[in-house]
Amino acid sequence: MNFQNMILTLQQFWSEQNCIIVQPYDVEKGAGTLNPMTFLRSIGPEPWNVAYVEPSRRPADGRYGENPNRLYQHHQYQVIMKPSPDNIQEIYLKSLKKLGIHAEDHDIRFVEDNWEHPALGAWGLGWEVWLDGMEITQFTYFQQVGGIDMNPVAVEITYGLERLASNIQDKENVFDLEWVKGVKYGDVFLQPEYEHSKYTFEISDTKMLFTLFNMYEEEAKKSLEQNLVFPAYDYVLKCSHTFNLLDARGAISVTERTGYITRVRNLSRLCASTYLQERERLGFPLLKDEGVSSNE
Amino acid sequence: MNKDLLIEIGMEEIPSRFIRDAVNLLEKKIKEWLTESRIEFSSTKIYATPRRLAVIVNDVSPKQSDLRSEVKGPSKKIAQNDQGEWSKAALGFARSQGVEPSSLFFKELNGVEYVYAVKNEIGIETKNILSEGISKIITSMVYPKNMRWGKYDLKYVRPIRWLVTLYGDQIIPMEITEVHAGRKSRGHRFLGGDVNINLPSTYISQLKAEYVYADIEERQKLIVEQIEALAQDKNWLISVKEDLLEEVLFLVEYPTVLFGSFQPEYLEIPQEVLITSMREHQRYFPVFDKNKKLLPHFVTVRNGDKKSLDVVARGNEKVLKARLADARFFYQEDQNFPIEKALAKLEKIVYHEELGTVGDKVRRIRLISDQISKYLSTDDKVNEQVTRASTICKFDLVTQMVYEFPELQGVMGEDYALKAGEDPVVSRAIFEHYQPRFSGDSSPKSMVGAIISIADKMDSIIGCFSIGIIPTGSQDPYALRRSAAGIVQIILDHDINLNLSNLFEICIEVYEENNLLKTEISDLRSKFLEFFSLRIKNVLTDMNLRYDVIDAVMETDINNIPSVIRRGKALMDFVEQSNIKLIIESFNRVNNLASKADNKIIKQEYFEEIVEIELFNMWEQMHPSLIEKLDASLEFEALEMLKQLQAPITAFFEKVMVMSENEKLRRNRLALLANISSDIIKIADFQKIVL
Repeated sequence: MNFQNMILTLQQFWSEQNCIIVQPYDVEKGAGTLNPMTFLRSIGPEPWNVAYVEPSRRPADGRYGENPNRLYQHHQYQVIMKPSPDNIQEIYLKSLKKLGIHAEDHDIRFVEDNWEHPALGAWGLGWEVWLDGMEITQFTYFQQVGGIDMNPVAVEITYGLERLASNIQDKENVFDLEWVKGVKYGDVFLQPEYEHSKYTFEISDTKMLFTLFNMYEEEAKKSLEQNLVFPAYDYVLKCSHTFNLLDARGAISVTERTGYITRVRNLSRLCASTYLQERERLGFPLLKDEGVSSNE
Repeated sequence: MNKDLLIEIGMEEIPSRFIRDAVNLLEKKIKEWLTESRIEFSSTKIYATPRRLAVIVNDVSPKQSDLRSEVKGPSKKIAQNDQGEWSKAALGFARSQGVEPSSLFFKELNGVEYVYAVKNEIGIETKNILSEGISKIITSMVYPKNMRWGKYDLKYVRPIRWLVTLYGDQIIPMEITEVHAGRKSRGHRFLGGDVNINLPSTYISQLKAEYVYADIEERQKLIVEQIEALAQDKNWLISVKEDLLEEVLFLVEYPTVLFGSFQPEYLEIPQEVLITSMREHQRYFPVFDKNKKLLPHFVTVRNGDKKSLDVVARGNEKVLKARLADARFFYQEDQNFPIEKALAKLEKIVYHEELGTVGDKVRRIRLISDQISKYLSTDDKVNEQVTRASTICKFDLVTQMVYEFPELQGVMGEDYALKAGEDPVVSRAIFEHYQPRFSGDSSPKSMVGAIISIADKMDSIIGCFSIGIIPTGSQDPYALRRSAAGIVQIILDHDINLNLSNLFEICIEVYEENNLLKTEISDLRSKFLEFFSLRIKNVLTDMNLRYDVIDAVMETDINNIPSVIRRGKALMDFVEQSNIKLIIESFNRVNNLASKADNKIIKQEYFEEIVEIELFNMWEQMHPSLIEKLDASLEFEALEMLKQLQAPITAFFEKVMVMSENEKLRRNRLALLANISSDIIKIADFQKIVL
């Protein structure tokens, strides 16, 4: 199955599980979890089922397109279901079957892996799912997001699409994966991989990035003063990406690191609590909407 | 009729490291509850897989035992008047216990007579109390890490998905997080299906039919036997580390052993890297030939049957290959990175905000190491090696390999240093200075490694103590306890003639020179000694010495650790002899009065009684050889020597009035006792010995 069909298959499958399918969010981020469709929407009592592809940027993982497994930007397929359904593991395994992975021909295991994102004040318990020894999915029951206890609990499923594809297509180099017939992954992404790596490690203007971080932080604070959560959160994401660029450049010492993470965490906590407060003010509209919570 | 009881908690995959403790706890809770509830049973057995914890209790009685208990009422004085009539209090007591006043009787307790009633509780049927009891047991289970799921409030190790609770063929009804208990269990995720358990006694065989080996020992045996068969078939040595086997055991329900291979060219990477990659990251067992040379194969255990094993093997091979390709890349890159450049990078890594960078720490380690070797008067060659090794002991922390595999610190350092042409002893010391890395690990073999290891650990302890980081309870983020225990172990293993106070002074000097001392020295010294005395005490405890023997030794000077340990051993042998009581009593009498002495000057002309002279002669004659024995580390023989003093001491106290009114005589006698006492206390404080 080619990469594109994998995405289409997952979109179809999770749509049938009553997830709304949204599009990738248009601000740079390191993981699908940071998308407001996950970070903000998993907070509070409202039911929420969503699925989307998320191109995720990890500047420090950039390898100029020379490493067969590491990428500046990879693709996650992200699913959030709140409250977590009782048969969520079975649903997930069914999705693998749709991708042509027949469990009886492989070794599929749920290996303990507890997820934590300090800058988001978020953590959860769960597993990494192993397919013949390869980690293909992160499976997490959120316990806290933005420092807020989950009630009800949302489950997050994050497929690593490149890894999954390398097993499905039996390829050793990510750039050899077939996107669609006649077009390889490398045809689409090799040049940006090289350029982003070069920019990140050699060209980026550290001074400008530090300035941007401060500006973004200020703007987030200003928006939060007006209870404008979504714009504020966009600037938190920009802070986070700017930090990642600086970190990858080696511009942030170990001591400073903790300070920057704390700044991002304080902002994201404030976004989380403001979001909850704003939803409450609106009367938690989705609690009444049977359309979204039809799996209840 | 007695029937068996089955409890199975079905969950989403439980972390393997929690499973054994969890199922043991479940068993313990069930046994305790049955006993408390007066329900008899014969035996219990535990079962566990990644998805279930189960206990079967055999021959559970259908009825609680009856309970006959005596209940105490008011005292006889209050319960009866002089005519023997029951008082209001007594009648009220009888009523409250539901018995006739005529059945009350008297019994004495601590010399007072009380009125008593006998209560007979008839046991009720087991099945009537099982639901409540078992559901409480299940929900009160404690796990190291808990979570919530869905909309439920229960915190549990992982979501509960099914419950099988059978008493004989009957379901014990209960409901937890909307899961209703029944007889339906689940088979293997991919090979088996749901299965209705008929009876506790058919649980294991019915699950087996659904590809689940629930019996822990049986499953382990299956894994081990398959590994052994493979090893025999291929003429391999497959290294099965117990903790990895335990982990794998709780990752699978139906184990099938398989092997895979990697390109032989990766064998040029150091063995430790390959093994760590296989073991820690992939949970594979590494494979060796008969000469313990690593082979380009690995063994893994699949949770499933033999179908498509080649696909599984190929998938695993691909993952390992990617990891090894990374490792080889790091290995090559690291070797192109000179040690001096790495050292410069250490200046940028913060060790602790108040204690500076790792570069600063390394400089302190070098100064402390140099001082230690100077103190020990090691030869020039060793001094040179100590200086170089302490300078470069942390350089590998900034290599890519150690960044990727932190557990290889020291291992990579040694390898890279050798390749860069460093002295083999120096290279080895980079590895050794982390030893002992865990409890049970060995000390550095070389003196160079031993000195730097002590210096590194001392720097951590003094540095942290100086800024107020002192381990409390479970809080010990810098593993200072392990560091101190490591120092004690190294000093003992190498029999290093280095007193704790000397070690302390050496470090303090270095800290003062660097203006890093943030606490008063006297305060630091007492905390330091207290911290070490606990570690030394642990060593004595591990030697199975009597606690009073340990106390007796710990009350003396503990600066010289090997001496403390030898004295503990000697004293233990000494006090276990027969007829020791009189001897120790005589020592204690000496020590008691010796504290009253204000000097130790003995004037023979002031002796009046013959027993005084005899005691003095005996001690004077013994003293030099006693010191000789102690200097030669022959503590037990020294103790045996002291024994001879018992007769003259006893005679002395019988005949002599120490606290004489005559001041000259009194002071002279006290001085004699003080001299003897100071010899005794060199070995132990006998007051602590329990006679």
